[in-house]
Amino acid sequence: MARIFKFGDAISTDAIIPGRYNVTTDPTALGKACFIEARPDFVTSVEPGDVIVGGRNFGCGSSREHAPMAIKAAGIQAVIAQSFARIFYRNAINIGLPVIQCDAVYDAVADGDAINVDIQSGDIEANGKMFRGETPGPVAMAIMDAGTLIDLIKTRGWAAIEEVS
Amino acid sequence: MGTLTEEIFSRRLGRPVHAGEIVVAPVDYAMAHDVTGPLAIEAFRKLDVPLWDAERVIMVFDHILPANTVAAAGLHKIVRDFADDFGVTHVFQEGICHQLMVEKGFIRPGGIVVGADSHSTTYGALGCFSAGFGSTDIAVTFATGRTWFRVPESIRINLRGALPPGIFPKDLALKVIRMLGAEGANYLAVEWGGEAVAAMSVDERLTLANLTVDFGGKAGLCEPDEQTRLYLGDAEVVDLHPVRPAYRQVLEVDAETLEPQIACPPAIDNVQDLSAVEGMPLDEVFVGSCANGRIEDLAIVAGYFRGRQVHPRTRTIVVPASKKVYMEALARGYIQTFMEAGALVMNAGCGPCLGRQHGVLGPGERALSTSNRNYSGRMGSPKADIYLANPAVAAASALAGAIADPRGLN
Repeated sequence: MARIFKFGDAISTDAIIPGRYNVTTDPTALGKACFIEARPDFVTSVEPGDVIVGGRNFGCGSSREHAPMAIKAAGIQAVIAQSFARIFYRNAINIGLPVIQCDAVYDAVADGDAINVDIQSGDIEANGKMFRGETPGPVAMAIMDAGTLIDLIKTRGWAAIEEVS
Repeated sequence: MGTLTEEIFSRRLGRPVHAGEIVVAPVDYAMAHDVTGPLAIEAFRKLDVPLWDAERVIMVFDHILPANTVAAAGLHKIVRDFADDFGVTHVFQEGICHQLMVEKGFIRPGGIVVGADSHSTTYGALGCFSAGFGSTDIAVTFATGRTWFRVPESIRINLRGALPPGIFPKDLALKVIRMLGAEGANYLAVEWGGEAVAAMSVDERLTLANLTVDFGGKAGLCEPDEQTRLYLGDAEVVDLHPVRPAYRQVLEVDAETLEPQIACPPAIDNVQDLSAVEGMPLDEVFVGSCANGRIEDLAIVAGYFRGRQVHPRTRTIVVPASKKVYMEALARGYIQTFMEAGALVMNAGCGPCLGRQHGVLGPGERALSTSNRNYSGRMGSPKADIYLANPAVAAASALAGAIADPRGLN
């Protein structure tokens, strides 16, 4: 079972990776600085496969793709939130960080609880209860199937998106 | 037919387009800067294809300018090498990307522009559909000249009446954010209209469009009009209006009764009337940013500073949005006024807004800024507090050394 790192509402990309720490394109360096000021115990205790559960408007603010990169590089398997800011959601899907919108999980779990997430189906199991994440849109599904947006465009071009639009 | 957004996409694609549709559309320009650009360039290089059009890719050094660390210089090198390798000539180091996109004439009413920066909504002030994206999306546009959009539904905001003295577009934007919340327009376009917007200059409209993303908006648009034509110096601005639009929501806001609005820490939607926070001592005042660093903003501040001194406990930092703004401020004597008043004037760019240069906040410090973000840790220590306000409040507060009401000052 994976461990939950629980965060509140309006977690900004400045909290995920402050402007003083995203002066790099190296995922490993970004991963080491994930939540470095907002929650310093995050990088010292996160294990590969752990899960972030957030409240509303997760990833608001700057469009910096360093934010989902940092979360992914820190080893997080998926981010589950009640809602996501548009650009963060799109960035996460584009780089292959699973993001699941689900309203009910938030109030049912505490920081440190165990959780099981099935990325493919969006099924979530926590504290003996089952939840189902919202189904992503067709473009997000196509990108997730390919891995990343770069993989999708490189292999199939815009046709891959035009055919689901 | 439809909202401004639907009109723009319908014209671009040559068929009726409705909100909710997913479309792949060609764009006019794709912009990235010194922080988002390097990631976009690395993703673009993975695609291993020619650049779509070297004339339509814009690169701006503004977030860390000039480079203040070896790491920052390394990011800049990635951008310069890319420009050399692919013949990109629109490479600027003379101000904030959003201000330059408008000043350099890349923005046309009815256009579609994408930027690797959230405040790319700014260009909507000229009736252009523009939105912020991450680096990977921009990389794909570098390669193909296109991107995909889910055409958004729209919120119409009608700002009624005239702005009273001492009240500015920033106050209107913060009032709307107060009413709708920080994700009130998530996934939606916003149309700014009504008498107050019709009476605004383009500079003022840029502030409204800029702050649209700070309540989640994908784009923030104003109808192009005579002001737009005058600003662009071109009579051939396309006729663009909403035609029998169906809005998700229509919000009426009365400009005439508005008090100065302050976004209090730690969230953009924690907005209060000025009177609730008046008198709070300040360690720093920042005048600038893509929200309020234009010549009209500097004119307001210079008006209050003339013949006065900023409070000695408050470091006051002024950052013109662009070289053009800076030189106009020089010509009008504003820069001299700022310096005589005791303010620090920095080179054009993003300044201290993002906490990486030019006035980083220490723990326990309190700042008032004309920028658009007050998240914990945004301008430095997560233990610092950031208040956001209009330029007149910033000026009065710099003089008082504490949050102050400009309406009693001349």
